[in-house]
Amino acid sequence: MGEEMSSKPYVREIPKTTWFLRQARYKRYMAREVTCIFIFAYTFLLICGLGALASGPEAFSGFVESLRSPLGVLFNLAVLIMTAYHSVSWFVVTPQAMPIQRGEEFVPGNIIVNAHYGAWAVVSLIILIWGM
Amino acid sequence: MAKSNKPIFWSLFAAGGTVTAFVTPALALVTLLAAFGANMDMFNYDSIHAFAGWWLGKLIIFGIISLSLWHAAHRLRVTVHDFGVRADTVVAYTVYGLAGLGTLLTIVYLLRI
Amino acid sequence: MSERQIQLEVLRYNPETDSEPRFQTYSVPCLNEWVVLDALNYVKENLDTTVSYRWSCHMAVCGSCGMMINGEPKLACKAFIHEYGDQIRVEPMAHFPVERDLVTVVDDFIAKFASIKPYLIPKEEKPVSAGEYKQTPAELLKFKQYTLCINCMLCYAACPQYGLVPQFLGPAAISMAHRYNQDSRDGGRDQRQEVVATNEGVWECSFVGACSEVCPKHVDPAGALQQVKVASTIDWYKEHLMPWVKK
Repeated sequence: MGEEMSSKPYVREIPKTTWFLRQARYKRYMAREVTCIFIFAYTFLLICGLGALASGPEAFSGFVESLRSPLGVLFNLAVLIMTAYHSVSWFVVTPQAMPIQRGEEFVPGNIIVNAHYGAWAVVSLIILIWGM
Repeated sequence: MAKSNKPIFWSLFAAGGTVTAFVTPALALVTLLAAFGANMDMFNYDSIHAFAGWWLGKLIIFGIISLSLWHAAHRLRVTVHDFGVRADTVVAYTVYGLAGLGTLLTIVYLLRI
Repeated sequence: MSERQIQLEVLRYNPETDSEPRFQTYSVPCLNEWVVLDALNYVKENLDTTVSYRWSCHMAVCGSCGMMINGEPKLACKAFIHEYGDQIRVEPMAHFPVERDLVTVVDDFIAKFASIKPYLIPKEEKPVSAGEYKQTPAELLKFKQYTLCINCMLCYAACPQYGLVPQFLGPAAISMAHRYNQDSRDGGRDQRQEVVATNEGVWECSFVGACSEVCPKHVDPAGALQQVKVASTIDWYKEHLMPWVKK
């Protein structure tokens, strides 16, 4: 440590609960982080469905019926938007987390990202066709 | 300073984040269509029961649900901290407890199908 | 040459007389090709000799003139006046204590940077007569990007986790650890991991990504930290599930 130059440096406190309002990029980050609440909730919805499936046809049709409430529709719409945001935010950073080096150069990041988008489209299509 | 044990949770977070990024929006879209009243195979008792009765179907369902849970749990732990709550130990036990409970329920339900 | 009158709001803090910082506004006739650092130098030379700030090279090499310009972490020598309106607010880098005016206390960063041993630790010492440590271009590429860091600390000013948890080792220090770990001539990773693979090391990072967005040298610390997480996770599984495997 060097010699202390001043006796009282000024420390600026960071607001613990509202810090992310200061910059747009922090807000985007928090939007990405709260997607987990929707993923958590939707996954528990799937578990409820699985429980109903294990209990028999009547319980299962009751579960499907409960989805059709206005709240169910609204909830699933929110889940769709938020999980899609998670997917995009997840795929765009893959070249940073897992760069691919081939010999004396890196594979361009947009190729890695687009490969993920392509795979995402294929998987989504399979699920849609299978689910319909 | 001791080395962190977070890798165990982070690896589940990362694996789950990847799985859920690929499958959850499409699943949510199917669910939304079903909620709008469309007759979706995923919500047809006979077809989904047959799928969940097949060993590979069980494995796929288990993989998607459990990994999504552990992904969401770990990120929620961080998010709660980001919103200013500093009781990390309590939060960690709560969110991982929820994920553990969900994983257990999934196993029990799948074994009953 | 076009000239524009800029209202330059400068955060002032004198530890001997002030209990807290305040803003002081200077009206500066700026040439269009100036950077904010030129405006500050104009103030210092013509309007107010008491304004304190750090700078040296004026060409984004020395890393001294980092500050918040309209709330964004920037090098004052790289922030062009023509990219701003008629009012520009300059503050010392966020998340660091203010020493005086735009000068911050950076001892914390210096100590953290030293703690990751930012130098080559050869796998085995060779006598000079044994010749040089050779490296292929592909081996160089693995870490070259991280060598561009100029220690300007803008990534710390951008990182909210460092602001909230000051114990966090932070972007530049961990990126530099990664730089040496990735170097084929280096054998010091185990020593660095003692500091890096802790809760207050890389695991405090939540991948906000702000560090990489503000980095003036395009080092991408955020990417480095995620790669360190992946490698540390593999270590963890090796240590706990396969303790018989020697590293």
